[in-house]
Amino acid sequence: MVFPLFLLAVNTGGLESAARLPGFPADSYLDFALAFAFMQGALFAVSNGGVDLAKDIQTGFLNRLALTPLRTSSLLAGQLAGVAVIGVLQSLLYLAVGFVAGVSIQAGVAGALVLLALSLMVVVGFGGLGVLFALRTGSGEAVQGLFPLFFATVFLSSAALPRHLIEADWFRIIATYNPVSYFIEGMRSLVIVGWDKQALALGFGLAIALMVVGLVGASVALRLRLTRT
Amino acid sequence: MTSARFRSVALAVAWRNLHNFFSSPSLFLPGLLFPLFFFAAFAGGLSRIADVPGFDYTLGYTGFQYVFVLFQSAAFSGVFNGFAIARDFESGFTRRLFVAAPRRLGILAGYAIAALGRWTFTASVVTAVAFAAGMDVGGSGVDLFGLYVLAVLVNVAASLWAAGVAMRTRTVQAGPAMQLPVFLVLFLAPVYVPLSLLEGWIRAVARLNPISYFLEAARGFLAGDPVTVGIAFGAAAALGVLFALWAVRGLRRAEASG
Repeated sequence: MVFPLFLLAVNTGGLESAARLPGFPADSYLDFALAFAFMQGALFAVSNGGVDLAKDIQTGFLNRLALTPLRTSSLLAGQLAGVAVIGVLQSLLYLAVGFVAGVSIQAGVAGALVLLALSLMVVVGFGGLGVLFALRTGSGEAVQGLFPLFFATVFLSSAALPRHLIEADWFRIIATYNPVSYFIEGMRSLVIVGWDKQALALGFGLAIALMVVGLVGASVALRLRLTRT
Repeated sequence: MTSARFRSVALAVAWRNLHNFFSSPSLFLPGLLFPLFFFAAFAGGLSRIADVPGFDYTLGYTGFQYVFVLFQSAAFSGVFNGFAIARDFESGFTRRLFVAAPRRLGILAGYAIAALGRWTFTASVVTAVAFAAGMDVGGSGVDLFGLYVLAVLVNVAASLWAAGVAMRTRTVQAGPAMQLPVFLVLFLAPVYVPLSLLEGWIRAVARLNPISYFLEAARGFLAGDPVTVGIAFGAAAALGVLFALWAVRGLRRAEASG
């Protein structure tokens, strides 16, 4: 929970002068960057969702669990409920820190609730991916090893500057094809614009797609894992 | 005779670590890919920062970020040295080394030489990529010598810091204790813009952070306009001495623990 806040503080301090660039969409870099903390926190869901489950596989606990009349959907729901609770708590923390630091949500109280909802969907989606990788690899180290890969997707997105201000063509192309840009832009639009239908539609649409991939993938992988045992 | 023993221990430990590093992709790749990734993300994604009013670095944003990534890779190559020491303690190798080595300070020196060797490779790749990305150099040969000597001092200081932690804890689980403080001081420095453009609390913190002066001096060397050179080298030497004492005391503690 704390690491994204540290990076938010450092990036805001270091890049505050970026708000003076012509065409920068916010008066303060903190307003612009708040979504970065939500996104980074969501990425930790990969580890939160996967590492404990991988440990259960490594210790043989999941094999013993397979002998009980447990439904796979219950196991998956239990695993992801924990991830979701952590996701909600961290999102509330980021929002509270943002308010204390002077951020105002342009979309108002309803916008803050929508921001929490989008953030929660992204958390559950990434949590599902963590569970999927844990079930496929059965190794906590492999799940941990995925974190830098996901972490890289945040830096190769429009997290630090809006896409129209990214000068390098190759970087702007990567950021445009990177779904993380749209999660961030959806969350950010609520803070700095208000109700931007296009940004929200893209953000929620891709978050739903991520959840479907994560949950269906995790569900299939769990069934395969339990069949194998 | 004593110096020959010291040298033989140091070179043997260094060779073993370098061999392990270059023959194991799981050790070799993260140390190389992370600086390249940061270089791509910062120099590529944030290049418009060079248009911020008051940003006056003459070599542009690629050169500005090259220096940060060079120092970051120097510091983290040093930190990975602590991981190697901790791994050797966990496998029992260091205990056997303690029995066999006639001059145990050579062990510390050997790990530090290996860290320097690893960083030399990483720095060469990062530099080649920076030139391929169009980085200009304004400094003379003497300036560039100053730039790389400063980076070497940072590598040695970070290496001794991590060695001190590893010698005391003797477990890889202490990795965050080695890594996090280095990460913090690196990012509490002028990473994205010059010190003069930092605002608010981070400006106050950065002014007290020695890394800020390393970066300012190194960016000055690269541009051929050295600044804060005395403070940077003085602070680097002081950190080197401080962490050398820290590491040697750690070694003594590890010896005493049996």
